[in-house]
This record gives sequence, C-alpha cells and structure tokens, in this order.
Amino acid sequence: MSQVLDTPPQTPAAPPASADHDLAALAARHGLSVSGARPSLPEYVRQLWARRHFITAFATAKLTAQYSQAKLGQVWQVMTPLLNAAVYYFIFGVLLGTKHGVPDYIPFLVTGVFIWTFTQSSIMAGTRAISGNLGLVRALHFPRAALPLSFCLQQLQQLLFSMGALVVILLCFGVPVGVSWLLALPALFLQFTFNAGVSMVMARMGAKTPDIAQLMPFVLRTWMYVSGVMWSIDKLAQKDSLPHVVTVALAANPAAVYIDLMRFALIDSFHASQLPAHVWALAAGWALVAGVGGFIYFWKAEETYGRG
Amino acid sequence: MAEHPSEKIPTVVADGVDIVYRVNGTGAGRGSATAALNRIVRRRQTEKAAGVRRVHAVKNVSFVAYRGEAIGLIGTNGSGKSTLLKAVAGLLPVENGRIYTDGQPSLLGVNAALMNDLTGERNVHLGGLAMGMSREQIRDRYQDIVDFSGINEKGDFITLPMRTYSSGMAARLRFSIAAAKDHDVLLIDEALATGDRSFQKRSEDRIRELRKHAGTVFLVSHNNKSIRDTCDRVLWLERGELLMDGPTEEVLKEYEAFTGDKSAKPKPKPKAPVPS
Repeated sequence: MSQVLDTPPQTPAAPPASADHDLAALAARHGLSVSGARPSLPEYVRQLWARRHFITAFATAKLTAQYSQAKLGQVWQVMTPLLNAAVYYFIFGVLLGTKHGVPDYIPFLVTGVFIWTFTQSSIMAGTRAISGNLGLVRALHFPRAALPLSFCLQQLQQLLFSMGALVVILLCFGVPVGVSWLLALPALFLQFTFNAGVSMVMARMGAKTPDIAQLMPFVLRTWMYVSGVMWSIDKLAQKDSLPHVVTVALAANPAAVYIDLMRFALIDSFHASQLPAHVWALAAGWALVAGVGGFIYFWKAEETYGRG
Repeated sequence: MAEHPSEKIPTVVADGVDIVYRVNGTGAGRGSATAALNRIVRRRQTEKAAGVRRVHAVKNVSFVAYRGEAIGLIGTNGSGKSTLLKAVAGLLPVENGRIYTDGQPSLLGVNAALMNDLTGERNVHLGGLAMGMSREQIRDRYQDIVDFSGINEKGDFITLPMRTYSSGMAARLRFSIAAAKDHDVLLIDEALATGDRSFQKRSEDRIRELRKHAGTVFLVSHNNKSIRDTCDRVLWLERGELLMDGPTEEVLKEYEAFTGDKSAKPKPKPKAPVPS
C-alpha cells in the first residue's frame, strides 16, 4: 500500500462515534447475520445441494473447454487415455516384460491405468481447486466445496470416456461380457466418494500452502508404483519374499482396492481369490472415512478460503 | 450520522473492520530461494522476518448502511475500496471486527466463472448458475441477457466461443450476465465503464433499475460524476481508513480539494479498466 500522496487533510472524519457493542447490538436487533461466517454443517450441505447444477455445469464446461482449441476436439477425450495405455503397455509389457504370469495382461494394465488416473487427477485437481481459482472464490459467493467436488466430477466424466475406450479394448482382447460388469458401478461410486474426500483435504491444504501442488506429483507417482497399476500385488504376495504386513498393507491401500475391484468386475480371468479379504468393506470404509472426514475437514476452514 | 432516524432499517453494519493481506515471498534482500529456506528452517520468527508481508488494507472502519441508500465509495487507488466491498460480500475474511449483513450481499461480477473457450450461450448458463440462479430463472432471462448485451446485433455471435469476441463485446456480455440477477444488497465495482457509449447508457439505466429492487447499493468508482448521479451518501477511504462519511456533495467537495484540480475541469477521464 504505497501511497505517494500527501498526508490526507485532517478533516473531522466522521466514523460513527458509537462504541463497538452498540453496532453489534444494532445488528442483533435487526437480525443481521455476520458476513462471511461459516454456516453450520447441515446448512452447508443444504447450500451445496442448492448449487448442484452449478457443480455439474462447471465440471462439464471445464471438460469441454479442455480440448476446444484442438483440431480433433472431443476425440482427444478418448485418444488421451488410449495413448496413455499404449505407452504403459510398451514400457511394462514389451520392454520390461512385467506381464509374465498375468493372464489378459493388456486389459489388466489398461484397467489399472484408467482407474489410477481417475484418483490421481482428482487429487491433483483438488489440490489446485482453491489456490488455482482464487479469482472465482473472491468474486462470487458459493459453498467452496463446490470447487473440489466439481473437479472430481469432471474427472469422473473423463473416466467415463476412458471406460468407453476400455470396453472396446476388452472386447478386442476377447474378454467376455458378464453380469459382473455391473459391479463396476458401485466400485466407481465408492472410488468417486474416496477421491472427492481426499481432494477436499488436499484443497484445504493447497489453499493454505500452494507449494503442496509442486510436491504432489512425486507423492502420487510413488503411490502409483506401490498400488499395483502395472503389476499384480497378488503375484507378489505369493512369492513370500516380502513380510506379510507389507503385502497386506499394499493390498489394502485404497488405490489398489479400487483398481482390483474394477479388474475383478470387468476381467473374467481376474478371480475373487486375487482380491484382499473383505474387499467391499475395505472399499466402502475408505470411501466413508475419506468422504465424510474430508468434507468436514474442508468445511472447518470454509471462511478462510480466498485469503492471501 | 445524526440524520438517520431510528426507524431506518440497517442492511449492512461494519463494526471496527480490519482487513489484512499476507503476501508470501517478499523476503527482504537477496535470493528469494535462500529466503524461503530460511523461512522454513526458522519457523519461530516474526512474520516480517519470515518474508511474509502484512498489507493492512482496511483499518478500523465502521459504518451503518440503511435500506434504500445508495452509497458511493471513493478514495485514491489502493485505498482499500474494493477490499472493503469484498469483505462486505463475505468474500474476504476480516482480521478484526465484524460485518453484519441482511441476507447475502452480492458483488456485481461473474468474470471469474466464465470460460473463454466456451460459447457465449453456455457462458450465460454457467455464469447464471455461478451467481446462484436456478435453471428456470436462467431460461426465463436468457433472451433478455442476450438482447441486453447486444452481442447478436452484428450476427449470430452468441454461439461462438467467447475468445473470438472483441474485448468490448466480452465485457458487455459479462456485464449483462452479472446484471441479470436481482440482489438485496448490491455491490458494484466500477462496472459502469464498459462497452461503447450506447451500451454505457443502457447499463446505467440497468443499474438504476437494480437499485430500485435492491435494498442497498454500494458503488466503487473513480468517476465523481457517476457517484453524484447515483449516490446520496459517500464513504471516503484513504490508506484504508475511513476519512469521511456523509452526504455526497459534502464529501466530494473535500475529496476534490484533496485530489487537486478535478472540480475545476470535469474533463472526461480515461476509462477505468474493466475489473477482471
């Protein structure tokens, strides 16, 4: 605030002479509410629900805007995940030969990559949800949780495009269509809840410390390599080379749980025996803990978003 | 303040408001990387030494705004006018003090919610939803918004992406979207100076219309003429402090004496930039 002007004239300024408690009493008498105060949790949920159309419209708008300058336009929605899968197949399937022992390796790999990408990009987008949209946060009034939710929804829409591509890949590699494909829906729902919860946690942290956005790619890449995206955790467990605790921890990590659930749902050669024990309880538990915990954690700082 | 009889209904009460920005990475002196490291290593030090600068943008401001008032906010650049407005809207947290409001005051502006890669049509919907309008309200007012913006006067531009618009056209569409909603307490930040002459006239009319519906209007402007035209009370902020609060003419006289020659020749000043 560098002011180059002379000291303002000492005119008899007229800040109301009334003491603080008088103004507070005046406000209370007329039933005014504190501006920018954090609403109660039920009220917050109600406000969020009232903005549901904004959340979906913002997600769709972001998704469409993403490729609107490209010549191929929305074709990239499908092309990008396919190219991703191709690169991973080339490196891990052809060059490193990780596929040994995994039947239907390409469907296995592509499912893993797509499902992982959903979690990864949701968390990345969540980290920047507040810090990258300060203009919006400072210009308009809406429950801030709309932003991380909207970004997760955008990633879900993106994933649905990828799933379309995945179905084609599955059919090309002779994976039969089965009733178990319906299990993909609850699995996706639980994963979305988990992602949304984690993104809200990251959104609050990223709003306070934007540096986290620089750090997250490394954290996420490490997480990817331990989540069995390109290799089978089950196969590793059978080798007995690792302590039991480690293999259980690997199999119970949320990313691995959601990836393996989707593989189980879609690929008939991926059997229930390859899933960790109580897999649905794990999936629901992670979703519940992250979803509810993340939402409350985010709401606790609602009134501070937009500062600095 | 004596002229407010007790039966007036307050809509906005600011009670000793302080607003402080904290800016990272202003570490004094040499290489900011080492300064940043310093900041992390020595956590327990004053914010100033840690390279965090505190900008005290608004200092101990108190006022009461009543229903039916149109209040101008004046002051030189960087005096905290827009900051105060944002705090009234509940968009910036206050450091000390409280702001009480009747309902949810809204800032006139949706720029940040709009996306250049989308068509004008979709931006109308998106902007409306971002302001909290329902889908039905947007459907009802869609044609009004488009007609008001005048985007389609030179062809079917509303179905083109906003990035293809000229800056004037984009500004007009943004204003039209922002002005489509009725507000209890309306906060306007130099929104009048957009578009060409005929559009400016139309937007001034629309502002007056909004004023009729809104309980209270706050207007931030550097254009003393538009303050005179629309406001009956003026708050003068200087360096974050409330210097004067009173009837428009009284305050503007002092303000013009303070800033210099403005009262002598009302030359058309350069247009204030569109707030982004």
